Amino acid sequence: MRGFAIGALTVSHFRSHRALRLVLDGRPVAITGPNGAGKTNLLEAVSLLSPGRGLRRAEPGDLARRPEAIGWKVRAGVRTPDGLHEVETWADPGAAREVRVDGKVATQAALGRLLRVLWLVPTMDRLWTDAAEARRRFLDRIALSFFPDHAEAALAYDKAMRDRNRLLKDAVRDPAWYAALEARMAEAAAVLRANRAAAVGRLAAAQAGAATAFPRAELQIDEGEGAAGDLAATWARDRARDMAAGRTLAGPHRADLGAVYADKGMAAALCSTGEQKALLVSLVLANARALAADLGAAPVLLLDEVAAHLDAGRRAALYDEICALGAQAIMTGTEAHLFDSLGGRGQTFAVVDEGGLSVVEETARPRSVSA
Amino acid sequence: MTDRTPREIEALIALMARLPGLGPRSARRAVLHLLTRREGLMAPLAQAMARVALAARDCAVCGNIGTSEICPICADPARATAEICVVEQVSDLWAMERAGVFRGRYHVLGGTLSALDGVTPDSLRIPALVDRVAAEGVTEVILALNATVEGATTAHYLAEALAETGASVTSLAQGVPVGGELDYLDDGTIGAALRARRRM
Ligand SMILES: Nc1ncnc2c1ncn2[C@@H]1O[C@H](COP(=O)(O)OP(=O)(O)OP(=O)(O)O)[C@@H](O)[C@H]1O
Ligand SMILES: [Mg+2]
Ligand SMILES: [Zn+2]
Repeated sequence: MRGFAIGALTVSHFRSHRALRLVLDGRPVAITGPNGAGKTNLLEAVSLLSPGRGLRRAEPGDLARRPEAIGWKVRAGVRTPDGLHEVETWADPGAAREVRVDGKVATQAALGRLLRVLWLVPTMDRLWTDAAEARRRFLDRIALSFFPDHAEAALAYDKAMRDRNRLLKDAVRDPAWYAALEARMAEAAAVLRANRAAAVGRLAAAQAGAATAFPRAELQIDEGEGAAGDLAATWARDRARDMAAGRTLAGPHRADLGAVYADKGMAAALCSTGEQKALLVSLVLANARALAADLGAAPVLLLDEVAAHLDAGRRAALYDEICALGAQAIMTGTEAHLFDSLGGRGQTFAVVDEGGLSVVEETARPRSVSA
Repeated sequence: MTDRTPREIEALIALMARLPGLGPRSARRAVLHLLTRREGLMAPLAQAMARVALAARDCAVCGNIGTSEICPICADPARATAEICVVEQVSDLWAMERAGVFRGRYHVLGGTLSALDGVTPDSLRIPALVDRVAAEGVTEVILALNATVEGATTAHYLAEALAETGASVTSLAQGVPVGGELDYLDDGTIGAALRARRRM
């Protein structure tokens, strides 16, 4: 199966990259180089081909290469089930990020409909012990991958809630104004909740049927307060309490995601570092399998430092599963040997830092390890 | 580069760049275009601008922009149809008029409710709308607001505020895409949305 893929990629004035041009062929990609070389920056550039602020959640201004700070641009030819498209995204100094698809101005939400990109980054290694916000964001990225309307619902919810929070802070007492905002929030919340629940269901199904070396994670959404009831009624009832707090206390912006290492019946937060990483990899692979089944094409995967915490057996299994999926997984690691078991099945690039500038070169394929 | 351009011309370019759709580069091009057609275009444009800037005023009834106390739409007795169409901006009113499908009168809010931006019901001429509905014997208020979060919030608020007037409150339906702004729709879409309006 041929998946979504990035073909020609041009990255201009983006963090440590000044004028990078890569030609990718749709197979997995291994990018290696020492600390600080610019590997994660490269994945971050690709992550901006999807809606949002990318895999570091950076402000557009921070992405511009310093010291010039003249704005940045990422351009890519992308292969999707409905053909080839040209995607450009950029931000001028002090301006918001902009998007063009096939030469026409487009919204970020449109990017989510065009291309599917999933990622795992080292900061997620602590996901299960982190604050709930990180897990909620992880859940929302998964939901977004299945349901592109998730982005619009999240924006609408956020906008209406921030307005409601402002009314609460300013101690405004206009019931009609609150009711109008709470109605918008309730509409968006219904979409968010349904998408999240359906996404978790899709992951469970994709894990159940799969032949995989990675452990099954049982996911559960904790809606928190106001979970069961009618949210609009909850918000209407709790205005006084929310006003005392200065913000909205119940709603999908407070949801959390729990995970259990199924075979051990152990909460993810109590698992070993390597086990937690394996659970994450398992979920990303399940997400990719489910999308491949839905769309007929596996998503692009950005796996930063994915080899860290995985033993040699699990690494080999990961590469096998990626190849079986036909996914363009763009992976990074500090050492080339971490990708030995990928063998000739992918493209490899080496990144080095030359006086604050990342230089990327395609390398000969790594020697295969004879097992 | 720019140090050779006289200061007055730079100032004109800077003003021009504040117009919607023009950036610094296109503003420079537009000014250069004017400068090469000083008599045929630039002078008449400047005079027309000065005249209109003096004469322009907001209609005291609906908020439309015109050159008289009461705009031609409000002054036209044929348009006293007991229907008021509520829009966010004058540009939306003009878009509705371009479509030529609505025969009643308008009420321009001048924006949408936004606590974050400090736009309150009072600053949106909502009390004036409620007064008009009673005073002009209005039986239907059509909310032609943008299909954005702010537009929907404002529509909800208006439906509530108008409930006690007894007028029926409807809103544009199919045809206005989610996130869509009236001013950017074609006339056919506006006509369809008006015909398919629904009760709030
Ligand atoms: N806006 C910017 N302009 C120029 N350089 C930047 C900018 N932002 C970050 N950098 C630099 O980019 C360099 C490479 O960062 P990156 O995170 O891509 O490294 P890496 O190869 O992933 O390293 P590691 O193996 O440690 O994860 C860092 O040294 C950082 O200082
Ligand atoms: Mg890195
Ligand atoms: Zn008028």
